Amino acid sequence: MLELKGIDKRFGRVHANDCVDLVVGAGELHGLLGENGAGKSTLMKILSGFVRPDAGEILLRGATLNLRTPADGLAAGVGLLHQDPLVLLPLTVLDNFLAGAPGGLLLDRRAGRRALADESRRLGFEFDPDELVRELSVGERQQLEIARLLWLGARVLILDEPTTAISDPQRDRLFDTLRTLAESGMSVIFVSHKLEEVQDLCSRVTVLREGAVVGTRDLPAPTDELVSLMFGRTVESGSRHNETLGSHSHLVIGGLRAREGNLEVADFSLTLRQGEVVGLAGLEGSGQRTVLRAIAGLQRSHSIRLELGGRELSRAPYRARRAAGVEYLPGERLDEGLIRGLTVEEHVVLTRQESRFFIDWNAAREVSEERIAAFNVKGRPESMPEALSGGNQQRTLLALLPDSLALLLMEHPTRGLDIESAEWVWSQLLARRAGGTAVIFASSDLEELRRYADRILVFFSGRVVAELDARAGQTENLGDLIAGVGAT
Amino acid sequence: MTGRILESLPRGRVTALWPVLAALIITAGLFAAAGANPIEAYRLLIDGSIGSPGKFSDTTIVWVPLALAGASLVVTFAAGLWNIGVEGQIVMGAIGASWAAITFSGPGVLVMALGIVSGLVAGALWGGLAGVLKTRGGVHEIFGGLGLDFVAAGLAIYLIIGPWKRDGIASTSGTAPFREEIWFHTIGDTRLTPLAIALAVVGVVGVYILMRGTMFGLRLRAVGRGRDSAARLGVPIERHILAAFLVGGALAGVAGTVQALAFHHKLVPSISGGYGFLGILIVLLAAFRASWVAPIAFFFAAVGVGATQLELRLDLDSSVGGVFTALLVLLVVLAGGWQARRRRSGEA
Amino acid sequence: MDEATIASIIAAAAPLVYASVGETISEKAGVVNLSLDGSILLSAMTGFAVGLTTGSIVLGFAAAALVSAFVAGIVAFSGIELSLNQFAVGFILFLLATELSSFLGQPFVREPGPSVPRLEIPVLADIPWIGTVLFSHNLSVYGSFVVIIGAWWFLARTRPGLALSAVGERPEAAFARGIPVNRLRYLYAIVGGALVGVGGAAFSLDQKLGWSEGHTTNFGWIALAIVIFGGWNPVRVALGCYLFGALQVVALKLQPQFPGLSQILPIIPFPLMIFTLLLMYRPGVRRLAERFRVLRPVFASEPPGGLGVNFRPD
Repeated sequence: MLELKGIDKRFGRVHANDCVDLVVGAGELHGLLGENGAGKSTLMKILSGFVRPDAGEILLRGATLNLRTPADGLAAGVGLLHQDPLVLLPLTVLDNFLAGAPGGLLLDRRAGRRALADESRRLGFEFDPDELVRELSVGERQQLEIARLLWLGARVLILDEPTTAISDPQRDRLFDTLRTLAESGMSVIFVSHKLEEVQDLCSRVTVLREGAVVGTRDLPAPTDELVSLMFGRTVESGSRHNETLGSHSHLVIGGLRAREGNLEVADFSLTLRQGEVVGLAGLEGSGQRTVLRAIAGLQRSHSIRLELGGRELSRAPYRARRAAGVEYLPGERLDEGLIRGLTVEEHVVLTRQESRFFIDWNAAREVSEERIAAFNVKGRPESMPEALSGGNQQRTLLALLPDSLALLLMEHPTRGLDIESAEWVWSQLLARRAGGTAVIFASSDLEELRRYADRILVFFSGRVVAELDARAGQTENLGDLIAGVGAT
Repeated sequence: MTGRILESLPRGRVTALWPVLAALIITAGLFAAAGANPIEAYRLLIDGSIGSPGKFSDTTIVWVPLALAGASLVVTFAAGLWNIGVEGQIVMGAIGASWAAITFSGPGVLVMALGIVSGLVAGALWGGLAGVLKTRGGVHEIFGGLGLDFVAAGLAIYLIIGPWKRDGIASTSGTAPFREEIWFHTIGDTRLTPLAIALAVVGVVGVYILMRGTMFGLRLRAVGRGRDSAARLGVPIERHILAAFLVGGALAGVAGTVQALAFHHKLVPSISGGYGFLGILIVLLAAFRASWVAPIAFFFAAVGVGATQLELRLDLDSSVGGVFTALLVLLVVLAGGWQARRRRSGEA
Repeated sequence: MDEATIASIIAAAAPLVYASVGETISEKAGVVNLSLDGSILLSAMTGFAVGLTTGSIVLGFAAAALVSAFVAGIVAFSGIELSLNQFAVGFILFLLATELSSFLGQPFVREPGPSVPRLEIPVLADIPWIGTVLFSHNLSVYGSFVVIIGAWWFLARTRPGLALSAVGERPEAAFARGIPVNRLRYLYAIVGGALVGVGGAAFSLDQKLGWSEGHTTNFGWIALAIVIFGGWNPVRVALGCYLFGALQVVALKLQPQFPGLSQILPIIPFPLMIFTLLLMYRPGVRRLAERFRVLRPVFASEPPGGLGVNFRPD
């Protein structure tokens, strides 16, 4: 019924979709699995008309679709439910339902109410048409969007990571709805990184990795097979170097609670020894970033206990934690890491020339050149971060760190870096570790986690679902755990 | 509501010369349409502004508050702020200086100094108010600033026809003139006022040094260019936003002081003369660089003063000068946007 | 306050109503036109100049509307095509239009000119009290009534009106629903601009006849403030205009006791605007509005979420 042939799309240097083929039959619940960055979202945006592919075609019931805008997608009967439903917050449920729908000049709200009631009844939802959408939960907003898309005649329904921010009962109801819809002939594409949910709901699954289709299977299928498709075959790790760890606790975190947007992290605890490297595994949005930022003090959080080297920091603001030797390096190197439009030299002044009023540019130049050389940054003091490659941006970020650190929190230390830069980054981090810095890093690179972390904490939906001792090599089921297998 | 306002404005140099040419040609067209010879008109503009010592000092009179306003806006724009409240800050500076002039008797030089200080402080506080409205009240600085502009103007009018009114009839043409001892001294016959010029120079040079040579200036720019990264790097954002408003307001306050004590010698309703708003144009044309403010301000001042000659000799309304400068800035900004768009589609 | 006074307030507020409701429409679609004060000046001058030279008031109004629509079009163009900051371009245009109005209007200063002729509505004008207040005006004032009702009806009761709200509130959501965001932004910015132009003409051809420098005395800024104070709701905005008109009449009456009051009172919309903006952030107010749903239009004071932010489909 629905066929994607040879869909190809590049964004600059990133090959988001690499000649992707996909076939979904009528009444089929089809899963689309893959890690973050595998290309799932791009593919679905192409299918619904948000993005135009560089090559390839889309066929619906044999007819080629020419989708230039989402309007075309809707007209063809393809509806996309975004992860964060695109609703109009200050408007009522009814108005959200009606906005953009075809019709005459006059807005017939009475007919709209009837239509909304009919669709809701059919789907088993309940809405108060006059309530403001702002007051609805994410799950309810999703329901509203589904009702709207169906009312507009969607024959293909795409759901992009729909279960990220909804409760379990809401998810079960969603699945029932989707099954009913499939029975009535609708094609449903369920995009997710949660393997168990895909196994539960779908009859077939396509796995994407790094932009390309790596396999299509009928479900149920062996979990290991799906995991290895998602993450690639695990190559035996490079040399592991197990350092001796200090004996006493360097960092103690107890009962950390934080909420970032729709994600709630509850009761995170960790005891870290000096020189220990802890890796936070899990797909994006599972809580690792929230925890890192909460420890750093950039994210509002509440913890029963947060002690670093004996000092209690649970109520300390960001400045105090930095003064105590805590530094956070974000994954978004240009949005939260470096400042666009400021030179490397100016960054050096900002970070390593704290207290004086007047800037000594000569000294700054010297220090910048020294740092650039020491960290092998392919750039000059006058370079701007946006002109540097990802690897050099990372080197710069590391070069700006103070010499001695108690705790280094890093998000995606080597994302987007070539092997040489990645290895160099880790040599730096290990040197820090040898100097007594504790390191907590979040990564979606399984190899990196296996090779460098002493312990791996696996996150899923805001909770730590497993703790693996990587030194002992107990990491075979890392992929499973990340995909949520075994997590209730 | 508006997110990062400044990122879509052109930065750096707009190398294309055509906006300037287009502005010259269009303005020439306007001259012609009004029945004047364009060449003659341009010649008069130049002659009328720098053609004689008298005219030159008139131009510097206009240059001083423009340069100070421009310096003020360089500081606030660096922090990513749209300080439309600069007009009100100038007015408050004038009010502050007038207050000192009216309240204190004593040696002229002392009162002058007091006037400068109170004008500076008044402007700074008014700027700070806009800052607090933004940081604590979430009121965007464009609307907060605009509102405060009008409140300041209202306050000035109230003072002029109320507590500070001229003896006899209250008149909206201004307060009683200040006593002569506190008028800024002029050189000989001309209206050249060294103290005012010195204040402007100090302001512009001071801002240049502040932005290029101090940690404070660098931190302001960090806040303006990348707020989240700056916060992560330890720059206290709110504090710097407030500081930018205070410093900007102080400079604007000095502009108001100069207007009151050096040029008008009294408080009048339109004491800010639109110089704050013109300052925005100047800084836009200067691509936010402190070093370009002084010359561009001089250009604006020259056009403004020269345009009065056009009115006297060619019967052209002097507003044509304002048309020319505003048109120039518009075309430069549009050209910058066009270039940026070409660059973007070239990259994609 | 007798009915003649009320009638004069309503008539005096008509130009402001045009301008404010026009800007409301533009901002509801997400385009903020900071050139308003300059646009009004330029269109007031144009309306008068064209009306005087052609002898036709209708042409005067049309020319004024065109001029203001053109300026608004530049603002929209800069934002949509060039991704320039709407505030920056609007502000530059404010100064340019102001100066242009002075320059081009010079020949018309203090010239006597046409004015909109009075047009009492037969039968209705004879109704006691209401007849004087509502039906004894001229076409310009009647037009302002039509604009208020029309804008309200369009936004609240029509499908394209709902689409307009979506475009300004969350362009991505509107785009996802198949609504042509930027095309509509052009349309409504220009329509809003045209209404502003009508307001300018209504000023110089009806309320404050003729032309002089700075003729419309800050009306544009007042309109901007009233749009915010009125919570981007045409009816509340219109009420704000009438309130302002009433304040001006009050000031005139009290002028003998408090000289200069009439100059200070026009300032009042601005602290009110700041007050409204401050209130918006109090969650308590929002909860109150939710409890009494019928009061929702009274309290809702949030700007459209996409106001001032340029939208790029990719």
